[in-house]
Amino acid sequence: MMALQDPDPRAIDGHAPDVFSRDGTVPMRQFSDREEVDFAIVGTGCGGGVLAAKLAEAGFSVVAFDAGAFWWPLSDFASDERAQDKLYWLDPRISEGDDPLEFGQNNSGRSVGGSSVHFQMVALRFRPEWFRSRSLLGYAVDWPVDWREMWHYYDEVERACAISGPVTYPWGPKRHYPYRAHEVNAAGQVLARGAEALGVPWAPTPLATVSAPRGKSPPCVYRGMCKIGCSTNAKQSVLVTYIPRALDAGAEIRDLAMVGRIETDKGRATGVEYHRAGQWRFQRARNVVCAGYSIETPRLLLNSANARQPGGLANSSGTVGRYLMAHLNDAVWGVMDDEIRWYKGPPSMACCEHWNYIDDHPDKDFDGGYSFMSQGPLPTDFARMLVTNEGVFGTELRRQMALYNRMAGLKMVGETIPQADNRVTLADEIDDFGLRRARVTYSYCDNDRRMQRHARDFMARMLGAAGGRDLLETGSTAHLMGGCRMGNDPETSVTDSDGRTWDIPNLWVCDGSLMPTAGGVNPSMTIMANAARIADRITTLAAHGELDRAHG
Amino acid sequence: MSGTFHRPYPAWNVLDKWDSPSFNDTTREVLRQRLEEVPGRRFFTADEWPTLVALCDAVLPQDDNPDPVPLANWIDAALFEGRGNGTRHADMPAPPDAWRLGLAALDAEAGARGAADFASLDREERGAVLRDVDAGRLRADWQGMPVRRFFRNLVLAEIVAIYYSHPTGQSEIGFGGPASPRGYVRLQPNRADSWEAPPGKWERT
Repeated sequence: MMALQDPDPRAIDGHAPDVFSRDGTVPMRQFSDREEVDFAIVGTGCGGGVLAAKLAEAGFSVVAFDAGAFWWPLSDFASDERAQDKLYWLDPRISEGDDPLEFGQNNSGRSVGGSSVHFQMVALRFRPEWFRSRSLLGYAVDWPVDWREMWHYYDEVERACAISGPVTYPWGPKRHYPYRAHEVNAAGQVLARGAEALGVPWAPTPLATVSAPRGKSPPCVYRGMCKIGCSTNAKQSVLVTYIPRALDAGAEIRDLAMVGRIETDKGRATGVEYHRAGQWRFQRARNVVCAGYSIETPRLLLNSANARQPGGLANSSGTVGRYLMAHLNDAVWGVMDDEIRWYKGPPSMACCEHWNYIDDHPDKDFDGGYSFMSQGPLPTDFARMLVTNEGVFGTELRRQMALYNRMAGLKMVGETIPQADNRVTLADEIDDFGLRRARVTYSYCDNDRRMQRHARDFMARMLGAAGGRDLLETGSTAHLMGGCRMGNDPETSVTDSDGRTWDIPNLWVCDGSLMPTAGGVNPSMTIMANAARIADRITTLAAHGELDRAHG
Repeated sequence: MSGTFHRPYPAWNVLDKWDSPSFNDTTREVLRQRLEEVPGRRFFTADEWPTLVALCDAVLPQDDNPDPVPLANWIDAALFEGRGNGTRHADMPAPPDAWRLGLAALDAEAGARGAADFASLDREERGAVLRDVDAGRLRADWQGMPVRRFFRNLVLAEIVAIYYSHPTGQSEIGFGGPASPRGYVRLQPNRADSWEAPPGKWERT
């Protein structure tokens, strides 16, 4: 079932879209299918886009594939929620479990630039201790990466995306945002007022939209439609940051190219089979990188099963698809006396990480952490939340929606516990390409539910303290993490700390599916920082002649 | 659930900004099609159509809209075009089958209550049937389809997605509407730019 009409491929004939123009192009190096490129990267979002740029800049030959279109934001992005569904992965994933996930606009992009094209730009870092949550905090697992290394790469990607953030951030080790913080909108001021009433810190949210001009990006005009694609290029998505860098450095981007299978021979990946412009083709490659995010990356590895690896590629541990995580995204909404008009500005301009940095507190009855942010959902987004949670309809629905401009909300990003049975497998049914669809099984554990209850209560107290009335709680999830986690043990992880699969030395993973834990913050900066780190590791390995050897 | 609907922004219409810097050609073209090229019935049968129209009317009554949003037509169009939303719950049929099954079951629910079909119920009775369905108080055979999921995640979610992305629904709630290239300047509470709706007026909430 295809969604909306895709345009024809645009990265062709030696040119790719110039994303800063309405319909112009920039030159693009191209490779033939027969040429064995250094890296075939499947996906161009926060993982693949960053990796493609950095590897091309390091001198590798790179072809990066994306199933989605290569947009010109200035001319392709309408101010219209329905039309902009074209940014999402709308082909169905089969969802099951006690707490089945929603996909599509909730967490899955389908564009060059990936989900960053429609993300809400919240640019937070992991708490340092989360990289050793098992050793230091007693839950989940440790990352195979030291926090100081990640910290270095957060700096790098925050500069690359010109994050606008406060001079002093209240939590964690010091950081310096390259651009000044945005003025906090009325919706954010509700959070600020509530936090001050409860005596906990708050901050203007560090955001990936510029507060002052940057190159060809104008400052954010507070249009508020970030989730349906920024039509001015103020948003520093991968599409307008790393993708132009990748092209400039000689990478090829293949848009509307669905990779269906990774071929292997004698225990090594040889290239990818992909569908573009009506036909299946095969690109030879010395290395293949899966960067399709937590559903498509496991799906591709599983769909690439062969006689030697009947359980899917890189899956000798049985870990491919497992330890999938979503963030708890429960919210509390209230009616304010003021007209808030929360549609103005990025949706989450104020944030609170208080419970991410508290370990011992009599009220804290859960492991892990959560943050929460002020809210500004577009009309159909808010209406969908109302009807799916409350079942409200008729005149009562219109009456509740008529309070849209007086609503305020607080919504959590809560760390769920990685569980082996929360996983991606293959469904029997096939998609339009003839590929088996993903089946996703998801259930909360008791800890998840305790955190959910705690956050709802705390957010309700804060919103009430800020003057919110007629409070309404809603449940949801956001983001995806894990599904091909990295680790130190080949028995319990898919890749090593470099994203290199344990089983196939020239097959890599570089996206959010590597994340061993979810953390209580939006994942995009962590995925990008990890990708930037992996790019440097690959460059180092190559310099030492270790790219062709397994786990040197 | 009944009663009249009070408009907080009676004079506001986002389309009045058509020629302003809040609209660009891309958005104008999307909205021109939305307003002028309403597709006819292509997916549902002539028999199913009255049930669908009655369902839309129960979910989003529009008697007070001089130019009601053609909800049924856009639901039909989405199904005809095979437009997905990225998720299919394992216990749900594919959307085309779920809609067909659901409409037939709504007629059967009406039949079990002594009516000819769902469309022949008055609005209050339709609301009562839908509340029963949402609560799982079923009299008809839904062939194992999880009815709350059908009603909330498919029917309600699709209808509000159509209505509140339409200029009519946006204007009704005082949303600013299209906002490119010009966004907004005044972000403070109780402040609005001259190109936003004037302050709203609510009955007691």
